[in-house]
Amino acid sequence: MTDATRDEICVVAVAECFRGDGERLCNPIGTIPMIGGRLARETFEPHLVMTDGFAMFAANAMPVGVPDAEAVIESWNPYPQMFSVLWNGKRHVMMGASQMDRFGNQNFACIGDWHKPKAQLLGFRGAPGNTINHTTSYFIPNHSPKLFVDHVDVVCGVGYDRAAELGPVASRFHEIRRVVTNLAVMDFDTPDHRMRLRTVHPGVTIDEVVEATGFELIVDDRVDESRTPTDDELRLIRQVLDPNDIRKSEVRG
Amino acid sequence: MIPDKRLTEEDVVAELRDGMTIGIGGWASRRKPMSLVRAILRSPLKDLTIVSYGGPDIGLLCAAGKVRKAVYGFVSLDTIPLEPHFRIARQSGTVEAMELDEGMLLLGLQAAAWRVPFLPTRAGLGTDILRVMPEIQTIRSPYAGPDGEHEELVAMPAIELDVALIHMNRADQAGNAQFLGPDLYMDDLMAMAADKTFLSTEKIVPTEELTAEGSFHTLRISRLMVTGVVEAPNGAHFTECPPDYGRDEAFQKEYAATASSPELWEAFKSTYLDVADEAEYQRVIGARS
Repeated sequence: MTDATRDEICVVAVAECFRGDGERLCNPIGTIPMIGGRLARETFEPHLVMTDGFAMFAANAMPVGVPDAEAVIESWNPYPQMFSVLWNGKRHVMMGASQMDRFGNQNFACIGDWHKPKAQLLGFRGAPGNTINHTTSYFIPNHSPKLFVDHVDVVCGVGYDRAAELGPVASRFHEIRRVVTNLAVMDFDTPDHRMRLRTVHPGVTIDEVVEATGFELIVDDRVDESRTPTDDELRLIRQVLDPNDIRKSEVRG
Repeated sequence: MIPDKRLTEEDVVAELRDGMTIGIGGWASRRKPMSLVRAILRSPLKDLTIVSYGGPDIGLLCAAGKVRKAVYGFVSLDTIPLEPHFRIARQSGTVEAMELDEGMLLLGLQAAAWRVPFLPTRAGLGTDILRVMPEIQTIRSPYAGPDGEHEELVAMPAIELDVALIHMNRADQAGNAQFLGPDLYMDDLMAMAADKTFLSTEKIVPTEELTAEGSFHTLRISRLMVTGVVEAPNGAHFTECPPDYGRDEAFQKEYAATASSPELWEAFKSTYLDVADEAEYQRVIGARS
């Protein structure tokens, strides 16, 4: 499809993060992540389990941003149960980040010294438990050198260098699958798990991504273009999963 | 015969002391015991340690200068991701923080509820939680794993509470209580982690009517955990308390905007908080719409 917009490229790139996950809790946080997860389930990964955004597992393709959208409830998963699920490990979360380094160490707690922050952000939230217990991916709608930095101010989500320091036993459930941004998709498929450019979105050059990244991004000969949505995927995105175009407020262009 | 534990908000505040550690139930801007928080705001209490999946409870108490230390997994208003008054308190360094992974907070409350000193978890390993809060230690497992290694885990310390405050949809006069919404959150753990638990409720009903609106599965707080019961209709305002009512988003916005200037906060405080009692607050709120 040629008329897909950048937000829709991002949705498909998010969906691709969950390929192969089978029957586990697909738990993307944010608008484009939620649409992407639901798109994966509606197409190539039909056994994924997903929430209604609150305390239920919903079996149907719910649209985002529709307050009274009907949920086909398949299970009850209030917060105390959610922590059991995540410690049990059958979960793949997609979170955001305010800072990330080349090994995928993630910060959204605060900027500056934690003891007296320049800017208090979300706090550690669920990042420490998520990253050490099951697969994590990230969605970052504002790829910039201020976000991808040499050193994060506070490590909330565990990156590959710190996981390696913990040793193979403590880090055996740690996996950062991918980082999807408004410009590109990155992964950690390198010998020492440094971040690597995997694909660039149509219309974006490799140089643009490298310039928007504040550390040295590994660019090898495998870099491809992010795939565009199929006709069926575009129909699902536009008519079923996000009929009100809420995704366009997260990524423009 | 079941005991009668009915109290007023003022009776509850009379049980509190400066410097206490107080757990507050609910989650972000959801089913918070706000009438009890407002009673604390009207009191001279100070130097409190507040333990909470934080929302406007922590924000209001910080803005009013009641908080020495906050223990939290986050402080959020849901539709406004960052609690603006809490943000000010953190950035100005007026409040000490114990900032936890959300699951670590659960385990700290669970440990206190079970009267054990800590519970082991993988959450926190490899992160800066252990760097910035060195009081949280790790422990080596006494048991060898399949590969013979003794795994190192975070020993999440028990978070013991002097008092827990929670808000439930229905309760009887003895403190058997019911949540009718989608999530109990950690209210049961809060109640068991505390020496004394005071619960507010939308409506006190006879015990035999407790299963009239929800099945026995919703009766998750028993009177074993409860010291006192306050009937507080609309008591969670402006947080949500489904199915009784949703969040008052307009009021929440007005509250959040007061973080932008001391004048706005003072005006908000004198209109809504410096009132005689909860009944007057409800009259003022009712007159808004």
